[in-house]
Amino acid sequence: MREHGSANGALLTREQAQAIVEKAVKWSKADAVDVQLNTYTQGNIRFADNQVSTAGATTDAQLGIQSAFGPKHAVVTTNDLSDEAIKRAVEQSERLARLAPDDPESMPQLGAQQYAPVSSYFDSSAALTADDRAKAALIALEMARQAGDVKAAGYLVNTAGTLAIGNSTGMFAYHRSTNVNYTLTARTADGTGSGWAAADHADWAQIDARGVAETAIAKARLSQKPVALEPGRYTVILEPQAVGDLVQLIANYADARSADEGRSPFVKQGGGNKVGEKIVDERVTIFSDPSDPQLLGRPWDFEGMPLDRQVWIEKGVLKQLIYSRFWAKKQNKTATGGPSTFKMAGGTQSVEDLIKGTTRGILVTRLWYLREVDPRTILYTGLTRDGTFLVENGKITKSLRNFRFNESPLFLLNNIEALGRAERLAGTEQGGNVVMPSIKARDFNFTSLSEAV
Amino acid sequence: MFADIPGVKELMNTALNAAKMAGASYADVRCSRQRQNFVFTREQQIQQVVDTDTVGIGVRALVDGTWGFAATRVLTNDGAAAAAREAVAIAKASRIARARPVEWLPSPVVADGKWKGAYVQDPFDVPVEQKADLLLKANAAAMTTKNVKFVSSGFFFVKDERNYANTDGSFIQQDTVRSWPTMQITAVSTDFSDFQTRSNMIQPMARGWEYVLASDLVGNAPKWGEEAAAKLTAKPVDVGRYDLVLDPANLWLTIHESIGHPTELDRAMGYEANYAGTSFIAPPEKMLGTLKYGPSIMNVQGDRTQEGGLSTIGWDDDGVKPDEFLIVKNGMFNDYQTTREQAPWLRWWYDKNGRPVRSHGCSYAQGWDNVQFQRMPNVSLLPGEQDHSLNDLVAATDRGILIQGDGSFSIDQQRYNAQFGGQTFHEIKGGKIAGVLKDVAYQIRTPDFWNSMDMIGGKSSYVLGGSFFDGKGQPAQVNAVSHGSPPARFKNVNVINTGRKA
Repeated sequence: MREHGSANGALLTREQAQAIVEKAVKWSKADAVDVQLNTYTQGNIRFADNQVSTAGATTDAQLGIQSAFGPKHAVVTTNDLSDEAIKRAVEQSERLARLAPDDPESMPQLGAQQYAPVSSYFDSSAALTADDRAKAALIALEMARQAGDVKAAGYLVNTAGTLAIGNSTGMFAYHRSTNVNYTLTARTADGTGSGWAAADHADWAQIDARGVAETAIAKARLSQKPVALEPGRYTVILEPQAVGDLVQLIANYADARSADEGRSPFVKQGGGNKVGEKIVDERVTIFSDPSDPQLLGRPWDFEGMPLDRQVWIEKGVLKQLIYSRFWAKKQNKTATGGPSTFKMAGGTQSVEDLIKGTTRGILVTRLWYLREVDPRTILYTGLTRDGTFLVENGKITKSLRNFRFNESPLFLLNNIEALGRAERLAGTEQGGNVVMPSIKARDFNFTSLSEAV
Repeated sequence: MFADIPGVKELMNTALNAAKMAGASYADVRCSRQRQNFVFTREQQIQQVVDTDTVGIGVRALVDGTWGFAATRVLTNDGAAAAAREAVAIAKASRIARARPVEWLPSPVVADGKWKGAYVQDPFDVPVEQKADLLLKANAAAMTTKNVKFVSSGFFFVKDERNYANTDGSFIQQDTVRSWPTMQITAVSTDFSDFQTRSNMIQPMARGWEYVLASDLVGNAPKWGEEAAAKLTAKPVDVGRYDLVLDPANLWLTIHESIGHPTELDRAMGYEANYAGTSFIAPPEKMLGTLKYGPSIMNVQGDRTQEGGLSTIGWDDDGVKPDEFLIVKNGMFNDYQTTREQAPWLRWWYDKNGRPVRSHGCSYAQGWDNVQFQRMPNVSLLPGEQDHSLNDLVAATDRGILIQGDGSFSIDQQRYNAQFGGQTFHEIKGGKIAGVLKDVAYQIRTPDFWNSMDMIGGKSSYVLGGSFFDGKGQPAQVNAVSHGSPPARFKNVNVINTGRKA
């Protein structure tokens, strides 16, 4: 039989999670076993055309067992946490692992580790109810209905979860977290204007639902009846979300092995990688830090490596690429673990300040549908969306048609004119704990126009 | 063959009764199991073998014209009833945020529906050893090519066992398998100044292990390796306008993005405004029967019936049997993709044309833990009456580029402006293949592009391509969908060069 449970008891405590990990270890006959266990509850409301469309709640769990016999290993996951299911998953992963061919890159398990705890669980977020969510949605809906000239579409979701990992050599880590994410798009009734705003935090108390609604609606109105500007290279002011949409991509290319193997933007001519070289403007510093109050990330990676502050780019110089444990050993380097957070340090200016200091440029709210065009330079294509404006002599003067761009975050970070304040992002396609500044940069490459609003 | 969830019918009945008792005017329940099996390799190494299994129950309840949804992995009668009551409670709480009640279109009851997908050999019965062996052999075959330095490959297998019941009295059990063999072959120049890849060779299909074997990875890998290496010495494309001959393995993705997505009715009505986006084909009353999507040789069908199609199914997640319908008929925009909730929005159009108001059966949820909503059926460009082949299209083209395979893609949120790459590019001069090109991407404005289509292949050139992971909705859900097409020619399309040094 499956175990009885309720939504209230859906999240496992540290002790409960540890007990399940220990059961799997106890029942394992493999040379080594690694266990990953998460439990979560999630509630959401979605609205469009000025009214609720769907609302829901989900409770689930996932238990992953990796068994290894020497260099052979395999993973089995299940969402059933009963003793029978744990035994079944252990046995099944052992069966698959025995069949699997040797993995010459398999690494010995990590032993017990020390982790600096991070408090990313907030009762305010975990306790959010369907009523609370509907009332928060209603703020934007009523504002839009009363305005008469805009339609609101949005999504509010709160999640509470736990994640634990452990293994047969005594490593165990447990982290619990909450998150609230609210995104809102306001479109004008005539179909010519669209504005977007969002908020994201571990703590519901930090979410300003009214502020989000006011910004999105104001932006929708300001963006009405856009005019076409010839595509080409322009000075841009990218809001933090637009910066993040591009700059966050760098993390996907930061694998040291790919660089050492000659297939990465960080390949040094003639072989090796670019660590130690200046690759972007000296005002650029990018780091990971789970304990940063704007980030509040998990302080360990999925292998159990402790994650502390790690600097990837400092004052424009590439300081570090991501080393897996295998590649680090092979290259005689230190393994970095897989980061859970990503932050680019900013300045003190607001987006308004950047606008005031600009003679002619294009203000971009966010980017959309980014897809790789050339991995050698992290060249991506994508489009601007939900608020693109012409800035002249320190003021927004016109709403502009959206552009398609072909641009690389590395080129962008070499063309910086000014940095604004760093903010936590809510709408990046990849998700995650990301903090980015606004950036004013020259020569941003817009390649064509889009009629899309 | 069907879900081995014990007492599934009783669990689902318990949930439906609890929903009704709590005040639902309509409810449906899905109790399903999804298994996935992934095998990943690089060169002569197994990177990972993964087996996943998830089982649970999701209840959707309509109360006073407002939806609520709740899902749990607790598969007891108490767990099912609690989820049903929570769905009703969420609907009641959300009532303050709705303006107009949902109009729920009646649909015929399916008392005991059973359906099985097209697969012959269940990949979950094939030992992992055999799967890994095949991939490693294919990797070795690719590595025999000069300059090929890296190969990664993998298998994605999904098995869906879906049980559905609703308060109309329908009870449906369905079972389907999806398979996707993948390879990425990388060639690196000797001086490390360039690297080029070849990937996306094999289309995902709702078929089993027999499809994997028929794809002949080992036999084809050297050819694919040569295609990667050839790009190292290929001529960079000169920017400009060309006539494009697009192979079905490239065109499926363009169909997906520029016809599949903009003809989703929820997008057209603004329901995806905050995420996937809206559509340039809006409002419906200005578009249906009015928008000239393309030339009169253009007919686009929505269906969930093509054998092996990724979206193919017996009944959708509203309990509706999907029909075959023309989205574009003789070049004119003719219909949207719909669900039971959406079909009444187009009553005026169906009445005007003497068609019944019925859902096209496009309701789909990724799994038990997500609420169902409108998702794409198989959307396909139908072949032409004349039986032209790909070679006929090339021979009829004076100055053009033949593009095969899907590459980089990006399209705006209303589906006007798009940019597509490919896998291999061949210059066409005077009706003949003149050489290999690289760094090619084409930029389009959707209606201009489709109206520039002047020649399409016939029935024997029709091929099914598809997407294994297509995202939409909040929380984001993935579906899998196929797109059939013949090769087609497009006049005077803008081509850019994507190569640039750091």
